[in-house]
Amino acid sequence: MNAIAKFILLAIPYFLMVLGIGIYNRVNPKLGGWPFFYWYQLVWIFVAAILTSAVYLVERREKASKKGDAQ
Amino acid sequence: MSYTFALTDYVIFFAIVIGVLVAGFLGHFWRKPTTFKDIQEWGIGGRRFGTVVVWFLLGGDLYTAYTLVAVPGLAASSGALGMFAITYGIMIYPIVYATMPRMWNVSKRRGYVTASDYVKDRFNSRMLAMLIGLTGVVAEIPYIALQIVGIKFVMSSLAIPAIIGLTIAFLLVAGFTFFSGLRGPALTAIIKDAIIWAAVIVIVIYVPLKLGGFGHMFSAAAAISPSTVSLSPALELGYVTLALGSALALFLYPHAITGTLGSKSSKTIKRNSALLPLYNVLLLFVAIIGIAAVVQNNGLYSSSTSSLAFPDVILHTFPSAFTAFAFAAVVVGSIVPASIMALASANLLTRNVYLEYINPNASSATQSLLSKVLVIVVIALALAFSFVPAASGEIVYLQTFGGAFILQTLPAVYLSLYTRKLNKYAVGLGWAAGLGTALYALFEIGFKSSLYKPIDFIYVGILSLVVNLAVLAVTMLVVVALKKVKEEGIIENAEFQDISEMD
Repeated sequence: MNAIAKFILLAIPYFLMVLGIGIYNRVNPKLGGWPFFYWYQLVWIFVAAILTSAVYLVERREKASKKGDAQ
Repeated sequence: MSYTFALTDYVIFFAIVIGVLVAGFLGHFWRKPTTFKDIQEWGIGGRRFGTVVVWFLLGGDLYTAYTLVAVPGLAASSGALGMFAITYGIMIYPIVYATMPRMWNVSKRRGYVTASDYVKDRFNSRMLAMLIGLTGVVAEIPYIALQIVGIKFVMSSLAIPAIIGLTIAFLLVAGFTFFSGLRGPALTAIIKDAIIWAAVIVIVIYVPLKLGGFGHMFSAAAAISPSTVSLSPALELGYVTLALGSALALFLYPHAITGTLGSKSSKTIKRNSALLPLYNVLLLFVAIIGIAAVVQNNGLYSSSTSSLAFPDVILHTFPSAFTAFAFAAVVVGSIVPASIMALASANLLTRNVYLEYINPNASSATQSLLSKVLVIVVIALALAFSFVPAASGEIVYLQTFGGAFILQTLPAVYLSLYTRKLNKYAVGLGWAAGLGTALYALFEIGFKSSLYKPIDFIYVGILSLVVNLAVLAVTMLVVVALKKVKEEGIIENAEFQDISEMD
Protein backbone atom coordinates (compact mmCIF):
# COMPACT_ATOMS: atom_id res chain seq x y z
CA MET A 1 0.00 0.00 0.00
CA ASN A 2 1.45 3.37 -0.87
CA ALA A 3 1.95 6.22 1.56
CA ILE A 4 -1.06 8.17 0.29
CA ALA A 5 -3.44 5.27 0.88
CA LYS A 6 -2.10 4.87 4.41
CA PHE A 7 -2.43 8.57 5.03
CA ILE A 8 -6.05 8.51 3.89
CA LEU A 9 -6.89 5.57 6.16
CA LEU A 10 -5.33 7.34 9.12
CA ALA A 11 -6.97 10.67 8.24
CA ILE A 12 -10.56 9.43 7.85
CA PRO A 13 -11.45 9.89 11.55
CA TYR A 14 -10.34 13.54 11.38
CA PHE A 15 -12.57 14.34 8.43
CA LEU A 16 -15.54 12.66 10.04
CA MET A 17 -15.04 14.01 13.54
CA VAL A 18 -14.02 17.57 12.66
CA LEU A 19 -15.81 18.39 9.42
CA GLY A 20 -18.69 16.01 10.17
CA ILE A 21 -19.81 17.80 13.34
CA GLY A 22 -22.94 19.08 11.52
CA ILE A 23 -23.82 15.46 10.73
CA TYR A 24 -23.41 13.90 14.15
CA ASN A 25 -24.55 16.77 16.35
CA ARG A 26 -28.12 15.50 16.53
CA VAL A 27 -30.34 13.56 18.92
CA ASN A 28 -32.14 11.25 16.45
CA PRO A 29 -32.05 8.48 15.37
CA LYS A 30 -31.55 7.04 18.81
CA LEU A 31 -30.14 3.60 19.45
CA GLY A 32 -31.19 1.78 22.61
CA GLY A 33 -32.19 5.14 24.08
CA TRP A 34 -28.76 6.66 23.36
CA PRO A 35 -28.85 10.00 21.49
CA PHE A 36 -27.15 9.86 18.08
CA PHE A 37 -24.40 12.20 19.27
CA TYR A 38 -23.35 9.57 21.82
CA TRP A 39 -23.69 6.27 20.02
CA TYR A 40 -22.10 7.61 16.84
CA GLN A 41 -18.96 8.33 18.83
CA LEU A 42 -19.05 4.94 20.53
CA VAL A 43 -19.06 3.34 17.07
CA TRP A 44 -16.17 5.56 15.93
CA ILE A 45 -13.99 4.53 18.84
CA PHE A 46 -13.98 1.04 17.32
CA VAL A 47 -13.85 2.05 13.65
CA ALA A 48 -10.87 4.36 14.22
CA ALA A 49 -9.02 1.60 16.07
CA ILE A 50 -9.76 -0.83 13.22
CA LEU A 51 -8.43 1.64 10.62
CA THR A 52 -5.17 2.11 12.54
CA SER A 53 -4.84 -1.64 13.04
CA ALA A 54 -5.43 -2.21 9.32
CA VAL A 55 -2.55 0.09 8.41
CA TYR A 56 -0.34 -1.73 10.90
CA LEU A 57 -1.27 -5.19 9.61
CA VAL A 58 -0.71 -4.19 5.98
CA GLU A 59 2.68 -2.71 6.85
CA ARG A 60 3.65 -5.85 8.70
CA ARG A 61 2.68 -8.08 5.81
CA GLU A 62 4.57 -5.87 3.36
CA LYS A 63 7.64 -6.09 5.53
CA ALA A 64 7.39 -9.86 5.79
CA SER A 65 7.07 -10.29 2.03
CA LYS A 66 9.99 -7.93 1.42
CA LYS A 67 12.11 -10.08 3.71
CA GLY A 68 10.92 -13.17 1.83
CA ASP A 69 11.99 -11.65 -1.51
CA ALA A 70 15.43 -10.84 -0.20
CA GLN A 71 16.14 -14.41 0.81
CA MET B 1 -22.80 17.17 50.99
CA SER B 2 -22.03 15.57 54.32
CA TYR B 3 -21.47 11.90 54.51
CA THR B 4 -20.09 9.66 57.20
CA PHE B 5 -17.46 7.05 56.66
CA ALA B 6 -16.80 4.19 59.01
CA LEU B 7 -13.35 3.23 60.17
CA THR B 8 -13.30 0.28 57.77
CA ASP B 9 -13.91 2.67 54.86
CA TYR B 10 -10.85 4.67 55.81
CA VAL B 11 -8.89 1.45 56.09
CA ILE B 12 -9.89 0.48 52.52
CA PHE B 13 -9.03 3.93 51.19
CA PHE B 14 -5.64 4.21 52.85
CA ALA B 15 -4.69 0.58 52.19
CA ILE B 16 -5.10 1.13 48.44
CA VAL B 17 -3.41 4.52 48.29
CA ILE B 18 -0.50 3.45 50.47
CA GLY B 19 -0.21 0.16 48.60
CA VAL B 20 0.18 2.00 45.29
CA LEU B 21 2.75 4.39 46.77
CA VAL B 22 4.74 1.44 48.11
CA ALA B 23 4.61 -0.17 44.67
CA GLY B 24 6.07 3.07 43.31
CA PHE B 25 9.07 2.66 45.58
CA LEU B 26 9.34 -1.05 44.76
CA GLY B 27 9.55 -0.11 41.08
CA HIS B 28 13.18 0.62 41.86
CA PHE B 29 13.84 -3.11 42.00
CA TRP B 30 11.76 -4.02 38.95
CA ARG B 31 13.98 -5.19 36.07
CA LYS B 32 16.75 -3.53 38.01
CA PRO B 33 19.54 -2.12 35.87
CA THR B 34 23.19 -2.31 36.85
CA THR B 35 23.16 1.42 37.55
CA PHE B 36 20.62 4.13 38.19
CA LYS B 37 23.24 6.79 37.65
CA ASP B 38 22.47 6.76 33.95
CA ILE B 39 19.72 9.11 32.87
CA GLN B 40 18.57 6.61 30.22
CA GLU B 41 17.90 4.06 32.95
CA TRP B 42 16.29 6.42 35.44
CA GLY B 43 14.57 8.67 32.92
CA ILE B 44 13.11 6.25 30.42
CA GLY B 45 13.48 2.87 32.10
CA GLY B 46 16.33 1.85 29.79
CA ARG B 47 13.93 1.59 26.76
CA ARG B 48 12.86 -1.86 27.81
CA PHE B 49 9.08 -1.80 28.16
CA GLY B 50 7.04 -4.12 25.93
CA THR B 51 3.53 -3.75 24.50
CA VAL B 52 1.64 -4.59 27.69
CA VAL B 53 3.63 -2.38 30.05
CA VAL B 54 3.54 0.51 27.58
CA TRP B 55 -0.21 0.07 27.28
CA PHE B 56 -0.55 0.54 31.02
CA LEU B 57 2.10 3.25 31.19
CA LEU B 58 0.62 5.41 28.43
CA GLY B 59 -2.89 4.57 29.59
CA GLY B 60 -1.90 5.67 33.06
CA ASP B 61 -0.41 8.75 31.51
CA LEU B 62 -3.34 9.76 29.41
CA TYR B 63 -6.36 8.63 31.40
CA THR B 64 -6.04 10.20 34.80
CA ALA B 65 -7.80 12.25 37.46
CA TYR B 66 -8.72 14.27 34.41
CA THR B 67 -10.72 11.31 33.19
CA LEU B 68 -12.52 10.65 36.44
CA VAL B 69 -13.11 14.17 37.68
CA ALA B 70 -12.71 16.76 34.93
CA VAL B 71 -14.57 14.98 32.11
CA PRO B 72 -17.72 14.09 34.10
CA GLY B 73 -17.44 17.57 35.62
CA LEU B 74 -17.61 19.24 32.22
CA ALA B 75 -20.51 16.97 31.19
CA ALA B 76 -22.34 17.86 34.41
CA SER B 77 -22.01 21.60 33.87
CA SER B 78 -22.09 21.84 30.08
CA GLY B 79 -23.77 18.62 28.92
CA ALA B 80 -22.74 17.27 25.54
CA LEU B 81 -19.68 19.55 25.43
CA GLY B 82 -18.10 17.04 27.83
CA MET B 83 -18.09 14.52 25.00
CA PHE B 84 -15.25 16.47 23.38
CA ALA B 85 -12.97 14.20 25.41
CA ILE B 86 -14.19 11.21 23.38
CA THR B 87 -13.91 12.97 20.02
CA TYR B 88 -10.42 13.92 21.15
CA GLY B 89 -9.64 10.35 22.21
CA ILE B 90 -10.66 9.03 18.80
CA MET B 91 -8.31 11.43 17.02
CA ILE B 92 -5.23 10.78 19.16
CA TYR B 93 -4.01 7.47 17.83
CA PRO B 94 -3.68 7.96 14.08
CA ILE B 95 -1.28 10.84 14.88
CA VAL B 96 0.61 8.65 17.31
CA TYR B 97 0.92 6.02 14.61
CA ALA B 98 2.24 8.52 12.09
CA THR B 99 4.75 10.28 14.35
CA MET B 100 5.89 8.35 17.40
CA PRO B 101 7.54 5.33 15.75
CA ARG B 102 9.75 7.74 13.79
CA MET B 103 10.54 9.66 16.97
CA TRP B 104 11.38 6.42 18.77
CA ASN B 105 13.68 5.19 15.99
CA VAL B 106 15.76 8.34 15.86
CA SER B 107 15.87 8.58 19.66
CA LYS B 108 17.06 5.01 20.02
CA ARG B 109 19.77 5.52 17.42
CA ARG B 110 21.04 8.71 18.98
CA GLY B 111 20.25 8.13 22.67
CA TYR B 112 17.69 10.92 23.04
CA VAL B 113 15.73 11.16 26.28
CA THR B 114 13.54 14.17 25.44
CA ALA B 115 11.92 15.66 22.33
CA SER B 116 14.20 18.65 22.70
CA ASP B 117 17.26 16.40 22.36
CA TYR B 118 15.85 15.58 18.94
CA VAL B 119 14.98 19.18 18.05
CA LYS B 120 18.54 20.22 18.86
CA ASP B 121 20.06 17.86 16.30
CA ARG B 122 17.30 18.18 13.74
CA PHE B 123 17.67 21.95 13.54
CA ASN B 124 21.23 22.19 14.76
CA SER B 125 20.01 24.71 17.31
CA ARG B 126 20.30 24.37 21.06
CA MET B 127 18.37 27.62 21.49
CA LEU B 128 15.34 26.21 19.69
CA ALA B 129 15.72 23.01 21.71
CA MET B 130 15.68 24.95 24.96
CA LEU B 131 12.62 26.99 23.95
CA ILE B 132 10.72 23.84 23.01
CA GLY B 133 11.80 22.19 26.26
CA LEU B 134 10.76 25.11 28.45
CA THR B 135 7.40 25.24 26.65
CA GLY B 136 6.96 21.61 27.65
CA VAL B 137 7.68 22.32 31.30
CA VAL B 138 5.35 25.33 31.38
CA ALA B 139 2.59 23.27 29.74
CA GLU B 140 3.10 20.43 32.20
CA ILE B 141 2.64 22.44 35.40
CA PRO B 142 -1.10 23.17 35.00
CA TYR B 143 -1.59 19.54 33.95
CA ILE B 144 0.02 18.28 37.16
CA ALA B 145 -2.02 20.86 39.06
CA LEU B 146 -5.13 19.35 37.47
CA GLN B 147 -4.21 15.99 38.98
CA ILE B 148 -3.78 17.60 42.37
CA VAL B 149 -7.02 19.59 42.25
CA GLY B 150 -8.82 16.47 41.07
CA ILE B 151 -8.12 14.69 44.31
CA LYS B 152 -8.69 17.72 46.50
CA PHE B 153 -12.42 17.13 46.20
CA VAL B 154 -12.06 13.50 47.14
CA MET B 155 -10.04 14.42 50.20
CA SER B 156 -12.56 16.98 51.34
CA SER B 157 -15.40 14.45 50.93
CA LEU B 158 -13.42 12.14 53.20
CA ALA B 159 -12.89 14.99 55.67
CA ILE B 160 -9.12 14.85 55.20
CA PRO B 161 -7.59 18.34 55.52
CA ALA B 162 -6.75 19.17 51.89
CA ILE B 163 -3.51 21.10 52.26
CA ILE B 164 -1.87 18.60 54.59
CA GLY B 165 -3.22 15.59 52.70
CA LEU B 166 -2.13 16.86 49.29
CA THR B 167 1.28 17.92 50.50
CA ILE B 168 1.99 14.53 52.05
CA ALA B 169 0.58 12.63 49.06
CA PHE B 170 2.64 14.53 46.53
CA LEU B 171 5.82 14.52 48.55
CA LEU B 172 5.51 10.73 48.51
CA VAL B 173 4.96 10.82 44.73
CA ALA B 174 8.09 12.95 44.40
CA GLY B 175 9.86 10.47 46.67
CA PHE B 176 9.14 7.36 44.66
CA THR B 177 9.84 9.12 41.37
CA PHE B 178 13.19 10.21 42.80
CA PHE B 179 13.96 6.66 43.87
CA SER B 180 12.61 4.57 40.98
CA GLY B 181 12.57 6.81 37.89
CA LEU B 182 10.20 5.71 35.13
CA ARG B 183 10.04 2.20 36.60
CA GLY B 184 8.04 3.61 39.54
CA PRO B 185 5.04 4.93 37.57
CA ALA B 186 5.26 1.96 35.16
CA LEU B 187 4.70 -0.51 37.98
CA THR B 188 2.07 1.58 39.76
CA ALA B 189 0.26 2.13 36.45
CA ILE B 190 -0.60 -1.54 36.24
CA ILE B 191 -2.13 -1.61 39.72
CA LYS B 192 -3.83 1.74 39.23
CA ASP B 193 -5.53 0.59 36.05
CA ALA B 194 -6.85 -2.58 37.63
CA ILE B 195 -8.43 -0.46 40.38
CA ILE B 196 -9.83 2.20 38.04
CA TRP B 197 -11.29 -0.29 35.57
CA ALA B 198 -12.92 -2.22 38.42
CA ALA B 199 -14.42 0.91 39.95
CA VAL B 200 -15.61 2.35 36.64
CA ILE B 201 -17.16 -0.86 35.37
CA VAL B 202 -19.22 -1.23 38.54
CA ILE B 203 -20.25 2.42 38.39
CA VAL B 204 -21.26 2.50 34.73
CA ILE B 205 -23.31 -0.65 35.05
CA TYR B 206 -25.03 0.21 38.28
CA VAL B 207 -25.71 3.96 38.03
CA PRO B 208 -27.72 3.91 34.76
CA LEU B 209 -29.65 0.87 36.02
CA LYS B 210 -30.58 2.80 39.12
CA LEU B 211 -31.78 5.68 36.95
CA GLY B 212 -33.94 3.29 34.91
CA GLY B 213 -31.51 2.41 32.10
CA PHE B 214 -29.55 4.58 29.65
CA GLY B 215 -32.63 5.51 27.59
CA HIS B 216 -34.50 6.73 30.63
CA MET B 217 -31.46 8.54 31.93
CA PHE B 218 -30.90 10.41 28.65
CA SER B 219 -34.60 11.36 28.40
CA ALA B 220 -34.60 12.67 31.96
CA ALA B 221 -31.43 14.64 31.22
CA ALA B 222 -32.91 16.05 27.99
CA ALA B 223 -35.96 17.22 29.94
CA ILE B 224 -33.68 19.08 32.37
CA SER B 225 -31.59 20.65 29.61
CA PRO B 226 -31.46 19.86 25.88
CA SER B 227 -27.74 20.68 26.00
CA THR B 228 -27.13 17.29 27.60
CA VAL B 229 -28.07 15.31 24.48
CA SER B 230 -26.68 17.49 21.70
CA LEU B 231 -24.54 20.59 21.33
CA SER B 232 -25.82 24.08 20.85
CA PRO B 233 -24.83 24.91 17.23
CA ALA B 234 -22.97 27.98 18.54
CA LEU B 235 -20.52 25.66 20.29
CA GLU B 236 -19.79 23.36 17.33
CA LEU B 237 -16.59 25.15 16.30
CA GLY B 238 -15.43 25.28 19.92
CA TYR B 239 -16.19 21.59 20.33
CA VAL B 240 -14.28 20.33 17.31
CA THR B 241 -11.32 22.67 17.74
CA LEU B 242 -11.04 21.70 21.39
CA ALA B 243 -11.06 18.03 20.42
CA LEU B 244 -8.66 18.44 17.48
CA GLY B 245 -6.31 20.71 19.42
CA SER B 246 -6.19 18.35 22.38
CA ALA B 247 -5.53 15.37 20.12
CA LEU B 248 -2.70 17.13 18.29
CA ALA B 249 -1.27 18.35 21.60
CA LEU B 250 -1.26 15.13 23.56
CA PHE B 251 1.87 13.48 22.23
CA LEU B 252 3.75 16.76 22.23
CA TYR B 253 3.57 16.76 26.02
CA PRO B 254 6.86 15.71 27.58
CA HIS B 255 5.22 12.97 29.66
CA ALA B 256 3.64 11.27 26.64
CA ILE B 257 6.96 11.33 24.78
CA THR B 258 8.77 9.98 27.84
CA GLY B 259 6.33 7.07 28.06
CA THR B 260 6.76 6.42 24.34
CA LEU B 261 10.54 6.46 24.45
CA GLY B 262 10.43 3.89 27.27
CA SER B 263 9.13 1.36 24.69
CA LYS B 264 11.46 -1.39 23.59
CA SER B 265 10.71 -1.07 19.87
CA SER B 266 8.77 0.98 17.36
CA LYS B 267 6.51 -2.04 16.92
CA THR B 268 5.45 -1.65 20.56
CA ILE B 269 4.25 1.85 19.74
CA LYS B 270 2.40 0.83 16.59
CA ARG B 271 0.62 -1.96 18.40
CA ASN B 272 -0.36 0.41 21.15
CA SER B 273 -1.84 2.85 18.64
CA ALA B 274 -4.28 0.08 17.86
CA LEU B 275 -4.81 -1.08 21.46
CA LEU B 276 -4.90 2.15 23.47
CA PRO B 277 -8.24 3.29 21.98
CA LEU B 278 -9.89 0.69 24.25
CA TYR B 279 -9.50 3.24 27.04
CA ASN B 280 -11.80 5.55 25.09
CA VAL B 281 -14.70 3.22 25.81
CA LEU B 282 -14.04 3.74 29.50
CA LEU B 283 -13.76 7.49 28.91
CA LEU B 284 -17.13 7.59 27.14
CA PHE B 285 -18.90 5.86 29.99
CA VAL B 286 -17.21 8.12 32.52
CA ALA B 287 -18.46 11.16 30.60
CA ILE B 288 -21.97 9.73 30.77
CA ILE B 289 -21.65 9.59 34.57
CA GLY B 290 -21.58 13.40 34.35
CA ILE B 291 -25.00 13.21 32.65
CA ALA B 292 -26.19 10.85 35.41
CA ALA B 293 -25.08 13.49 37.90
CA VAL B 294 -27.30 16.05 36.15
CA VAL B 295 -30.29 13.72 36.47
CA GLN B 296 -29.56 12.95 40.11
CA ASN B 297 -29.03 16.63 40.90
CA ASN B 298 -32.11 17.54 38.84
CA GLY B 299 -30.19 20.38 37.21
CA LEU B 300 -26.89 21.30 35.58
CA TYR B 301 -23.96 21.88 37.91
CA SER B 302 -22.32 25.29 38.12
CA SER B 303 -18.75 25.41 36.88
CA SER B 304 -17.41 25.90 40.41
CA THR B 305 -19.09 22.75 41.73
CA SER B 306 -18.68 20.65 38.59
CA SER B 307 -15.70 18.70 39.95
CA LEU B 308 -18.03 17.29 42.58
CA ALA B 309 -20.24 15.59 39.97
CA PHE B 310 -18.41 12.26 39.95
CA PRO B 311 -17.93 12.03 43.75
CA ASP B 312 -21.61 13.04 44.21
CA VAL B 313 -22.90 10.23 42.02
CA ILE B 314 -20.83 7.70 43.91
CA LEU B 315 -21.82 9.03 47.31
CA HIS B 316 -25.50 8.96 46.34
CA THR B 317 -25.49 5.52 44.83
CA PHE B 318 -23.11 3.23 46.66
CA PRO B 319 -22.45 1.98 50.18
CA SER B 320 -19.62 3.79 51.88
CA ALA B 321 -17.13 0.91 51.49
CA PHE B 322 -17.39 1.02 47.69
CA THR B 323 -17.26 4.81 47.78
CA ALA B 324 -13.97 4.58 49.65
CA PHE B 325 -12.70 2.17 46.99
CA ALA B 326 -13.77 4.47 44.14
CA PHE B 327 -12.22 7.49 45.83
CA ALA B 328 -8.98 5.59 46.22
CA ALA B 329 -9.18 4.94 42.45
CA VAL B 330 -9.36 8.68 41.79
CA VAL B 331 -6.38 9.33 44.05
CA VAL B 332 -4.16 6.65 42.53
CA GLY B 333 -5.37 7.84 39.11
CA SER B 334 -3.67 11.12 39.80
CA ILE B 335 -0.49 9.74 41.36
CA VAL B 336 0.80 7.88 38.32
CA PRO B 337 0.51 10.68 35.77
CA ALA B 338 1.80 13.30 38.21
CA SER B 339 4.91 11.19 38.63
CA ILE B 340 5.55 10.80 34.89
CA MET B 341 4.81 14.46 34.19
CA ALA B 342 7.23 15.65 36.86
CA LEU B 343 9.87 13.21 35.66
CA ALA B 344 9.52 14.33 32.04
CA SER B 345 9.77 18.00 33.00
CA ALA B 346 12.85 17.30 35.09
CA ASN B 347 14.50 15.49 32.19
CA LEU B 348 13.94 18.52 29.95
CA LEU B 349 15.36 20.99 32.44
CA THR B 350 18.40 18.81 32.98
CA ARG B 351 19.16 17.85 29.40
CA ASN B 352 18.14 20.92 27.48
CA VAL B 353 18.84 23.75 29.89
CA TYR B 354 21.44 22.63 32.44
CA LEU B 355 23.51 20.43 30.17
CA GLU B 356 23.40 22.87 27.25
CA TYR B 357 23.84 26.18 28.97
CA ILE B 358 25.19 25.67 32.48
CA ASN B 359 27.44 22.64 32.63
CA PRO B 360 28.08 20.97 29.27
CA ASN B 361 30.52 18.52 30.89
CA ALA B 362 28.04 17.10 33.39
CA SER B 363 28.38 13.34 33.70
CA SER B 364 25.41 11.07 33.24
CA ALA B 365 25.41 10.53 37.01
CA THR B 366 25.20 14.27 37.67
CA GLN B 367 22.37 14.61 35.14
CA SER B 368 20.50 11.80 36.79
CA LEU B 369 20.91 13.34 40.26
CA LEU B 370 19.82 16.78 39.08
CA SER B 371 16.73 15.35 37.40
CA LYS B 372 15.79 13.63 40.65
CA VAL B 373 16.02 16.87 42.59
CA LEU B 374 14.09 18.75 39.91
CA VAL B 375 11.22 16.26 40.21
CA ILE B 376 10.65 17.58 43.70
CA VAL B 377 10.88 21.19 42.52
CA VAL B 378 8.37 20.65 39.70
CA ILE B 379 5.89 18.90 41.99
CA ALA B 380 6.22 21.72 44.52
CA LEU B 381 5.50 24.29 41.77
CA ALA B 382 2.44 22.36 40.65
CA LEU B 383 1.22 22.12 44.26
CA ALA B 384 1.53 25.88 44.55
CA PHE B 385 -0.31 26.31 41.24
CA SER B 386 -3.13 24.08 42.44
CA PHE B 387 -4.01 26.56 45.17
CA VAL B 388 -4.40 29.59 42.87
CA PRO B 389 -7.99 30.72 42.31
CA ALA B 390 -7.95 29.77 38.61
CA ALA B 391 -7.86 26.13 39.65
CA SER B 392 -11.24 26.25 41.37
CA GLY B 393 -13.49 26.56 38.31
CA GLU B 394 -14.00 24.12 35.46
CA ILE B 395 -10.78 22.19 35.97
CA VAL B 396 -10.80 20.58 32.52
CA TYR B 397 -9.58 23.94 31.26
CA LEU B 398 -6.36 23.62 33.24
CA GLN B 399 -5.34 20.96 30.78
CA THR B 400 -6.44 22.95 27.75
CA PHE B 401 -4.29 25.93 28.84
CA GLY B 402 -1.27 23.65 28.79
CA GLY B 403 -2.45 22.29 25.45
CA ALA B 404 -2.52 25.77 23.92
CA PHE B 405 1.14 26.24 24.86
CA ILE B 406 2.42 22.84 23.88
CA LEU B 407 0.67 22.98 20.48
CA GLN B 408 3.12 25.69 19.46
CA THR B 409 5.87 23.06 19.41
CA LEU B 410 4.04 21.05 16.73
CA PRO B 411 6.07 22.29 13.73
CA ALA B 412 9.39 21.71 15.52
CA VAL B 413 8.48 18.21 16.64
CA TYR B 414 5.90 16.67 14.27
CA LEU B 415 6.49 18.47 10.97
CA SER B 416 10.24 18.08 11.24
CA LEU B 417 9.85 14.30 11.43
CA TYR B 418 8.79 14.45 7.79
CA THR B 419 10.90 17.22 6.30
CA ARG B 420 14.42 18.55 6.71
CA LYS B 421 13.68 21.78 4.86
CA LEU B 422 12.16 23.67 7.79
CA ASN B 423 14.31 26.64 8.68
CA LYS B 424 14.99 27.08 12.40
CA TYR B 425 14.24 30.80 12.37
CA ALA B 426 10.92 30.21 10.66
CA VAL B 427 10.00 27.57 13.26
CA GLY B 428 11.16 29.88 16.07
CA LEU B 429 9.18 32.87 14.79
CA GLY B 430 6.06 30.72 14.36
CA TRP B 431 6.50 29.41 17.91
CA ALA B 432 6.80 32.95 19.31
CA ALA B 433 3.79 34.22 17.36
CA GLY B 434 1.68 31.23 18.42
CA LEU B 435 2.63 31.52 22.06
CA GLY B 436 1.98 35.27 22.01
CA THR B 437 -1.47 34.70 20.51
CA ALA B 438 -2.30 32.01 23.08
CA LEU B 439 -1.27 34.21 26.01
CA TYR B 440 -3.11 37.22 24.64
CA ALA B 441 -6.32 35.29 24.12
CA LEU B 442 -6.14 33.52 27.49
CA PHE B 443 -5.61 36.82 29.29
CA GLU B 444 -8.56 38.30 27.43
CA ILE B 445 -10.70 35.37 28.61
CA GLY B 446 -9.23 35.79 32.07
CA PHE B 447 -8.08 32.14 32.21
CA LYS B 448 -11.67 31.11 32.91
CA SER B 449 -12.03 28.95 29.81
CA SER B 450 -10.00 28.22 26.71
CA LEU B 451 -12.68 28.99 24.15
CA TYR B 452 -12.29 32.36 22.44
CA LYS B 453 -15.71 34.00 22.17
CA PRO B 454 -14.93 36.70 19.55
CA ILE B 455 -14.26 33.97 16.97
CA ASP B 456 -17.17 31.57 17.47
CA PHE B 457 -15.72 30.06 20.66
CA ILE B 458 -12.72 28.62 18.80
CA TYR B 459 -10.21 26.82 21.05
CA VAL B 460 -7.32 29.15 21.81
CA GLY B 461 -4.82 26.38 21.06
CA ILE B 462 -6.01 25.96 17.47
CA LEU B 463 -6.31 29.70 16.92
CA SER B 464 -2.67 30.17 17.98
CA LEU B 465 -1.51 27.16 16.00
CA VAL B 466 -3.03 28.71 12.87
CA VAL B 467 -1.14 31.95 13.57
CA ASN B 468 2.01 29.91 14.23
CA LEU B 469 1.74 28.01 10.93
CA ALA B 470 0.94 31.19 9.00
CA VAL B 471 4.03 32.96 10.33
CA LEU B 472 6.08 29.84 9.65
CA ALA B 473 4.81 29.68 6.06
CA VAL B 474 5.45 33.36 5.34
CA THR B 475 8.95 33.16 6.80
CA MET B 476 9.65 30.04 4.73
CA LEU B 477 8.57 31.97 1.61
CA VAL B 478 11.13 34.65 2.47
CA VAL B 479 13.76 31.96 3.02
CA VAL B 480 12.88 30.46 -0.37
CA ALA B 481 13.03 33.89 -2.02
CA LEU B 482 16.49 34.43 -0.57
CA LYS B 483 17.46 30.98 -1.88
CA LYS B 484 18.54 29.95 1.60
CA VAL B 485 16.60 26.69 1.75
CA LYS B 486 18.82 23.85 2.83
CA GLU B 487 18.65 20.57 4.65
CA GLU B 488 18.83 21.48 8.31
CA GLY B 489 20.52 19.62 11.13
CA ILE B 490 22.63 16.50 11.33
CA ILE B 491 19.95 13.80 11.25
CA GLU B 492 19.71 11.78 8.03
CA ASN B 493 16.24 10.85 6.80
CA ALA B 494 17.16 7.15 6.94
CA GLU B 495 17.46 7.38 10.72
CA PHE B 496 13.66 7.53 10.98
CA GLN B 497 13.29 4.06 9.46
CA ASP B 498 12.38 1.12 11.69
CA ILE B 499 15.46 -0.28 13.32
CA SER B 500 14.66 -3.86 12.44
CA GLU B 501 14.57 -2.87 8.77
CA MET B 502 18.12 -1.63 8.95
CA ASP B 503 19.62 -4.79 10.46
